Amino acid sequence: MADVALRKVIKRYDDVEAVRGIDLDISDHEFIVLVGPSGCGKSTTLRMIAGLEDITGGDIMIGGDVVNDVPPKDRDIAMVFQNYALYPHMTVAENMSFGLRLKHYPKAEIKARVTEAARLLDITDLIDRKPKQLSGGQRQRVAMGRAIVRNPKVFLFDEPLSNLDAKLRVQMRIEIKKVHQKVRTTTVYVTHDQVEAMTLADRVVVMNKGRIEQIGTPNELYHKPATRFVAGFIGSPAMNFIPCRLEDAAGTLRIRLSDRIAFPLPPARAARYGALPRTDKLLLGIRPEHLTEAHAHLEPGEETFDTVLDVTEPMGMETLVYFALDGTPVCGRVDPNAGAADGAPMRLAMDLNNMHLLNEETGAVL
Amino acid sequence: MADVVVEQGRLARVASPHRKGANLRNVLGRKSTVAFFLTLPLILLIFLLVLYPAFYSLYLATLNKAMTKFVGLGNFTFLFKRETFWMVVKQSCIFAVTAVIFKALIGFIVAHFVHNIPGKKQRKWRGMLLVPWVIPPAMSTLAWLWLFDPSYSAFNYTLSFFGVGPIPWLGNTFWARFSIILVNVWYGAPFFLIMYLAALKSVPDQLYEAAAIDGANWWQRIWFITLPMMRNIIAITTLFSLIVTFANFDIVRILTSGGPLDTTHLFATWAFQVGIQSSDIPLGACVSLFMVPILAVAAIFILRDVSKRGNEA
Repeated sequence: MADVALRKVIKRYDDVEAVRGIDLDISDHEFIVLVGPSGCGKSTTLRMIAGLEDITGGDIMIGGDVVNDVPPKDRDIAMVFQNYALYPHMTVAENMSFGLRLKHYPKAEIKARVTEAARLLDITDLIDRKPKQLSGGQRQRVAMGRAIVRNPKVFLFDEPLSNLDAKLRVQMRIEIKKVHQKVRTTTVYVTHDQVEAMTLADRVVVMNKGRIEQIGTPNELYHKPATRFVAGFIGSPAMNFIPCRLEDAAGTLRIRLSDRIAFPLPPARAARYGALPRTDKLLLGIRPEHLTEAHAHLEPGEETFDTVLDVTEPMGMETLVYFALDGTPVCGRVDPNAGAADGAPMRLAMDLNNMHLLNEETGAVL
Repeated sequence: MADVVVEQGRLARVASPHRKGANLRNVLGRKSTVAFFLTLPLILLIFLLVLYPAFYSLYLATLNKAMTKFVGLGNFTFLFKRETFWMVVKQSCIFAVTAVIFKALIGFIVAHFVHNIPGKKQRKWRGMLLVPWVIPPAMSTLAWLWLFDPSYSAFNYTLSFFGVGPIPWLGNTFWARFSIILVNVWYGAPFFLIMYLAALKSVPDQLYEAAAIDGANWWQRIWFITLPMMRNIIAITTLFSLIVTFANFDIVRILTSGGPLDTTHLFATWAFQVGIQSSDIPLGACVSLFMVPILAVAAIFILRDVSKRGNEA
């Protein structure tokens, strides 16, 4: 086991820069998830750590050693691929032991390790089957088994759950977490699914256009996003962004969303945003769960407004309501018993204690 | 009510001749019938060009030289006693096995090189490397015949600069056998190349990546990934090539006509010489029939393995 460090890592294909200078420190035993939309460079970054892609610039260190020019087989890493990449002509046991057999481990130790990994992953009964005879979830387990038996310094996962159906994906997500709790190997995990990222990671790395947007724990990313991209990418349904500006009225700082709607800011927020120029074009970032039905008793910082709902989506435990604020589509989450209906008027409350204010031009969260 | 019954009866009567037509149409419309008619031209061709001649040669092989008397297995026992026959058996086996091994080996190696050439360039190389296989062998073999000429050929001229030769390419048993194998390999290797290239392309890259991470070097990747993934293609192309090479006629016929002293004869060329040129058609048929059991054994061995793996894969 080891820590992994990336220093100003760059990857260029001809004239396309896929990864544009990434700095990342992954400590021993940590579970790091790289998340971002397709083409953000997350898979390329993982493949560079694996040694499957050359790096154009910068340094990659595993366990303190620079491994830029070390071939994959000498990096002591194990990788789980999206399509599993199991050897179709080998049995499960042969697949799992392939790496050990190449390194001429004693037969008894190979057997012990394979048995132990199979037990851990609950695939003991499948050990003599060929990959063709396994279901998707079982193949995924075998692919993980192949990684575990090697007892490598680092596990690399490249979108391992993308080929599974939704139910199995949730199940395997929990399995992966359990396995990591047992083996504690440093793990780098790539996914485009922010739910996977949030649920699995010790720390999440949000990537966009070849750069790191933000690194943080799932909670930090959710509650304190650094950029508009992170704020919009993490969380489902996504955060609402409503054009707004600050104004002073009767000695209080107010935020104006439209000609008809303006709310006074809670004192803590007013102190934080008070120095901002009143002319800046700003965005109010507010998550759907902070746009709820208005209760009779309002907490401090909650402000109400009336709107007409366009569409409602009953989800069972909550109902998502969609409406427009001055032409901007907005999503809120209300209680299923709050009487929300398509086309019906409704009084909603916005919790400004949980608001974010963003610069519309730079996308920075202020 | 009564009207309706009559109406129905008439309808039924009117409908019945239609039903007969429908039956025929049903039979014609069945998938198996359609398939039979679609394959009928091929079945007829095979019957005319393969089955009929095969059985006819079986019949011919039991006649005497003048084709007037039934001699049973007399021609076969006569062949077994002739030294030339056993030499032809030996030479056919040496020729076919050596040529196929080299074709497969060269095809495999070159396929790897071509596989690693990126994009558009690869298409060019593929096209160029296929040329030997595309030229009619009778024509290209004539070119080789000139190259092998003992006194004026490009080969011996080039070798003379190194103080080697002149080599009697087609005049000496060893060199003649070497030459026909060389030409056959030159002609047949592109077929292996193209088959192996297709097989290589069908191996997912991620298997190699997984193997690289598992610690396999390039040789182990070929041995543990490429070869097992290509096993079926290798078996089928080898069998196919073995049959075609074993039954080769044109290269030997043009280069050596079986000489010197019949040492380069294969079954086909010897059967031609005995049957057509020496006018002993029954004996020629007898020689050509000997290819069947030898090739059948090879086919059974190789294809049995293929179907077994087909089941497990």
